Amino acid sequence: MSPKRAPLFLARRAYRRRRLRDGARLLPFLGLFLFMLPLLWAPAPIRPGHLAEVRNTAWDGLWLVSCWAGLVVMAAILSPLLGREEDDLSDHPDNGPGSAAPRARDTMP
Amino acid sequence: MTFNLLVLACLAYVVFLFLVAFRGERLAAQGRARWLRSPLVYTLSLSIYCTAWTFYGAVGFAARSGLEFMTIYLGPTLVFVGWWWVLRKLVRIGREQRVTSIADLISSRYGKSSLLGVVVTLLCVFASTPYIALQLQSVTLSFGVFAATGDPSWTPPDRTSTALWVAAGLALFTILFGTRNLDADEQHTGIVTAIAVEAVVKLVALLAVGVFVVWFLADGPADIRARIEASQGAHWNLNPSRWVGLTALSATAVLCLPRMFQVLVVENVDERHLATASWAFPLYLLGMTLFVMPIAVVGMGVLPRGANPDLFVLTLPLSQGQGGLAMLAFLGGFSSATSMVIVASIALATMVSNHIVMPLWLRLRPHGEDATDLRRLVLLARRMSIGAILTLGYFYYTLTGGSAALASIGLISFAGVAQLLPAMLGALFWRGASRMGALLGIGIGAAVWSYTLFLPSFGPDAVLPAQVFAEGPWGIGWLRPHALFGIEGMDPLLHAALWSLALNVTVFCLASILTFPGPEERMQGAAFVNVFERDRADLGGWSRGQADPEALLVMANRILGEEEALVYFEQVARAQGKAGYLPDPTPEFLLALERRLAGSVGAATAHAMISELAGRTRVTVEDLMAVASESAQIMEYSARLESQREELTRTARQLREANEKLTQISAQKDGFLSQISHELRTPMTSIRAFSEILMEGDLPPDQAAHYAGIIHDEAIRLTRLLDDLLDLSVLEAGTVQLNLGLANLSQLIDRALAAASATRPERVFVVHRDPMAEQIHLRTDPDRLTQVLINVISNARKYCTAEAPELRITVRRKGGRVLVDFIDNGAGIPKDKQALIFEKFARLTDQTRAGGAGLGLAICREIMVNLGGTVAYLPGQRGAAFRVTLPLRLERGAA
Repeated sequence: MSPKRAPLFLARRAYRRRRLRDGARLLPFLGLFLFMLPLLWAPAPIRPGHLAEVRNTAWDGLWLVSCWAGLVVMAAILSPLLGREEDDLSDHPDNGPGSAAPRARDTMP
Repeated sequence: MTFNLLVLACLAYVVFLFLVAFRGERLAAQGRARWLRSPLVYTLSLSIYCTAWTFYGAVGFAARSGLEFMTIYLGPTLVFVGWWWVLRKLVRIGREQRVTSIADLISSRYGKSSLLGVVVTLLCVFASTPYIALQLQSVTLSFGVFAATGDPSWTPPDRTSTALWVAAGLALFTILFGTRNLDADEQHTGIVTAIAVEAVVKLVALLAVGVFVVWFLADGPADIRARIEASQGAHWNLNPSRWVGLTALSATAVLCLPRMFQVLVVENVDERHLATASWAFPLYLLGMTLFVMPIAVVGMGVLPRGANPDLFVLTLPLSQGQGGLAMLAFLGGFSSATSMVIVASIALATMVSNHIVMPLWLRLRPHGEDATDLRRLVLLARRMSIGAILTLGYFYYTLTGGSAALASIGLISFAGVAQLLPAMLGALFWRGASRMGALLGIGIGAAVWSYTLFLPSFGPDAVLPAQVFAEGPWGIGWLRPHALFGIEGMDPLLHAALWSLALNVTVFCLASILTFPGPEERMQGAAFVNVFERDRADLGGWSRGQADPEALLVMANRILGEEEALVYFEQVARAQGKAGYLPDPTPEFLLALERRLAGSVGAATAHAMISELAGRTRVTVEDLMAVASESAQIMEYSARLESQREELTRTARQLREANEKLTQISAQKDGFLSQISHELRTPMTSIRAFSEILMEGDLPPDQAAHYAGIIHDEAIRLTRLLDDLLDLSVLEAGTVQLNLGLANLSQLIDRALAAASATRPERVFVVHRDPMAEQIHLRTDPDRLTQVLINVISNARKYCTAEAPELRITVRRKGGRVLVDFIDNGAGIPKDKQALIFEKFARLTDQTRAGGAGLGLAICREIMVNLGGTVAYLPGQRGAAFRVTLPLRLERGAA
């Protein structure tokens, strides 16, 4: 990308794109955290003959389903934006403002 | 509702699916299937993740272990929401490398290893067997439900024969569809369309049952919540390790299951569809999950104790007299089972035929088979594989007795295919991952999985004796299948998954670090891992207008068959609005043609062929190697030709030279004959004339003496001429007698100079010599050598044209030979004459006839040959120069 063809607002857009991609990368970890949370908030009652604590199934289920729906919504917001950028990536390699880093991160796990 | 009606409904539904698939295929063939390849259809096709297991089994799972069933959906949800990490790369690589299956992906990443392809294929077949059995079981069970509530006078067939019928029917449907066309691409638009329809059916069915349960059986969500709280009891014991483990396992499975890979990667037509699927597929899963818990809870409350919770979806509406809803639910379950079996068996059959049957056949086939047979063979292999895979599933079903809960059977498959995960992620993200690592990792993982989970799933004493479970093989306690390394009390599934994956990953990494990959492996590694770093402009369709349509047609003729190719080309041309058989080579057309060819000759070959014609070449290492060896052969061949040509040229030149020489010699001989007759004639004439005068007898004595003197001189001249000729013929015949003796070269030269000074004595020659160098003692024939020296020196005296003639004589020793050079400062001998001067009767100019007959140098040459040496003209010395070379010691007999 030559500096002439990349005015400030384009770089800003590229920066935004990059942050969006970061968001997409982080989303599964957020999901993982939310899905694993029920492990923490009630002591696991697996001890032989000891079932004192009873999990609130309805509440757990509601929690999981709402987290799930939240994830779906976030992914639905993110993915069209990400999908659209893939088209113009060839024209504008990913460069945030002031960042001359190559696109190596693109493929990093 | 009668059982017959049920069977009829099933058949009608199958026929409907068939029509849908058929229509889809037709539309795709006409190129009007754009909407069939939409993100929506892609997402719906992904729903084959939800099999009959999920449809029926999830409720059973929920009834047995509460919310744990959700893990099966949470894993895939996380994978899809995090599509930017793995799925995007997987799909990109799949499309770039034209991957046909997960076995293809792994084998081509690790240097196109066929062994790895075989291993992965076998693992997938074995891991999928329980899964297919599961579908048979669930369909059989659901049939049983209807049979039990149906007409009492009618006895349903026993469960094994139902399963057999179901298996046979599914095999037939799959073969009819998955392998219908001869140019069967790896993408099956018709099947995908049918799968999408089935996905809608099963979602609608489950939602309908759910709505019925929540709002008709119960009094809405609040009531459900109350019921859940009332009925839960001990059902919801969140086991942390199972919660994490199952989530991870299901996340793995959605990536590694062959059927998921098929719809996710192979059937993908546009990478952007993945972006939609990233949220739409989790949404679908959410829809499939939403009513599972309510159905389970209400079912447990409404139905009698002991009812199989796996079948609540069916029995709940049936118990309420909702036959129609039950039928819908049945069709939903049936859809789940059929779609899974169809896609799984197509995926597995592709793997079996591409990685086991074809390599075997190519190795064993008789030579000279042509490609049309190959196509038929591929289809036959796929059909047989589909049959074999369903047969395997059927046997697994009958062997395990179909007694286990649905969910646990499915998890066996999950753990099996999870063994591919390390190799697959390594393929995508780690360039250091090597073939040996993948092979050993998958091998050991599969071995541990089958020992700890797959074989035990047949039950004690079926494959492994019960004693092995209790005490370990040969009494080795730490090798017990459910307590490896002495760790007891773990859930068998987690135990198997943990150990197999742990060993798998360890061995994979270790072997990858320790081995060195081959060149092709490294190339592929770079191509896979750095798939996004390529020039992006290079991606996508073919560029326009470079391919010659006629060349494309010729190529298509060879592969598709003449008739079919013509029809196809005409079709495309008409779609483009052109008359005739030659469409414009648009990118879409090239892509479509490539896909079509790929079905017959394989994706890589088709791509290479089109690339060649389209002028855009992306070659694989194999191509390069083939090209390299080919060009090496050509180069070798041309080098051979070149050397032959040079030899021929050389020979021709020699022949030409010889010919020229012969012609010249012939001309010389002619010239000489006339000359020698003249030479002979001149003295003879004077001899005759003077002898006639003498015969008159009246001459004064002094006059007579003078005339007699002339006659005498002329006779001497004749004798000398004849002597020379005689000498030459003796020398040439090699019969000359040599008198070998020691001689000092300097003295010989002295003698020669003295003798030669008689020739043109009026000329004063300056002779340059090096007396020191001349002090060489030779063993040779001194008289003959002197003859040569005299001849050379007198030649110089005779022919040197310089005003102040000089002669330089240099003597050198070189090895066992002596070189004597005679160089004068005259005009030298022209190049074209140099070859002639040593010939007999050669004389350069007629003007300077100094009495010789042109035999001098010829005699010299013959003498030198007899003395074991040479005399040659030395070019480039400014004057005429002769070099006499002779051995230091001439051995007798060597001459």
